[in-house]
Amino acid sequence: MFGGFDYDVILRSLPILWQGMQLSLLLTGLAMSGGIVWGTLLALMRLSAFAPLSVAAGAYVNCFRSVPLILVIFWFYFLVPLALGRPVGPFYSALIAFALFEAAYYCEIIRAGIQSIPRGQVLAAEASGLTYWQAMRLVVLPQAFRNMVPILLTQGIILFQDTSLVYVVALKDFMTAASVVANRDGRLVEMYLFAALVYFLICFAGSYGVRRLQTRVAA
Amino acid sequence: MIELDKVNKWYGALHVLKDCSLAVSRGEVVVICGPSGSGKSTLIKCVNGLEPFQGGRIVVDGVSVGDKATNLPRLRSRIGMVFQHFELYPHMSALENICLAQVHVLKRSRAEAEARAMELLTRVGLTDKARAYPGNLSGGQQQRVAIARALAMDPIAMLFDEPTSALDPEMINEVLDVMVGLAREGMTMMVVTHEMGFARKVADRVVFIDEGQILEDAQTEAFFAAPKSERTVLFLSKILEH
Repeated sequence: MFGGFDYDVILRSLPILWQGMQLSLLLTGLAMSGGIVWGTLLALMRLSAFAPLSVAAGAYVNCFRSVPLILVIFWFYFLVPLALGRPVGPFYSALIAFALFEAAYYCEIIRAGIQSIPRGQVLAAEASGLTYWQAMRLVVLPQAFRNMVPILLTQGIILFQDTSLVYVVALKDFMTAASVVANRDGRLVEMYLFAALVYFLICFAGSYGVRRLQTRVAA
Repeated sequence: MIELDKVNKWYGALHVLKDCSLAVSRGEVVVICGPSGSGKSTLIKCVNGLEPFQGGRIVVDGVSVGDKATNLPRLRSRIGMVFQHFELYPHMSALENICLAQVHVLKRSRAEAEARAMELLTRVGLTDKARAYPGNLSGGQQQRVAIARALAMDPIAMLFDEPTSALDPEMINEVLDVMVGLAREGMTMMVVTHEMGFARKVADRVVFIDEGQILEDAQTEAFFAAPKSERTVLFLSKILEH
């Protein structure tokens, strides 16, 4: 079956694939940033002594972790325009879906990170007159995030792979672009192999980088 | 300056502090000792509200600690505290550790805070360690930085919670020397410690706690010469015989 392997179709479609890749990376970066910010707030809510806050955050996390991501993307595609009363386009609806979904996972990572910081650190900060929020912002979170960088990035790599699901809302990410070319030119083998190779290389390089970082953080 | 009046505290069903009353006047140094688990650390943490208590009253410089309306961060910023495990912030240099609360609580400028920090580092003999991170300092050095960090807030009183218990023996004296200096300058101090040599040297009074109860509260000389309670005698014989 490789007899008629057509490298040329890959070269010809590089511009459109690159456009798709830019969208994948943009979506990953923005969703990750939004997810980490919202996830941090959720983690602080979950750790709050005020029960309604921690219960609400816990429910949020459990709900999002109990539904498939593809369903969430689909939902938001229909729900967000309805909620806002105007169309927002597939990019923003997908971005919101990813950020909210990822926040549930980031919340659990960050919560564990915060809990790994000894209680004495908070006591020392509070004893010096810092408020709870100052203690979190200046003392606990900087330490927690430094420990968590590797695992947050690993979650980001998974997110990057998951962005390929946006094909359900007809958003042209890298995967969709490859698939469009594959069907248009009848070159399924070439395009899907190439797409797999690209995903593999990026994610492998990413994981390798994270491992390097991990040994540095641990040292 | 610091008054505890019939303070009671429970952890669930466990009654950890029973009717503890104690007063520390301005410039006084009071040492609190007792077996582990006797509640002495809990007691000292109640003084600046790090531990809540359920009964009684604690008043520091006229401010009631247990009062819901009390601005605890503000009160704490005026009371220095030193912990058993130092609790320096590991992601900051010694200098930054000492500057943090000065900048964010007292709203001093960075330059002002650093000047004060350097002054105090000199005082505790660590001028050359300003840029060092806690991970690269010995236990004794860390604890001296922690004392400098507390002093940087210009506190009206200092609380010490077993400041030398986590230290290797050869480092204990460098920390005690700093504390003796403070005491001689007239700092009001409450010190939880087993260092009876320190108590003899600078304490005005020594308090003995066992099972959450204050069993003895006497002038230092009287405390060592003629302890009233039998458990104090037993405790002293155990820690002094070496």
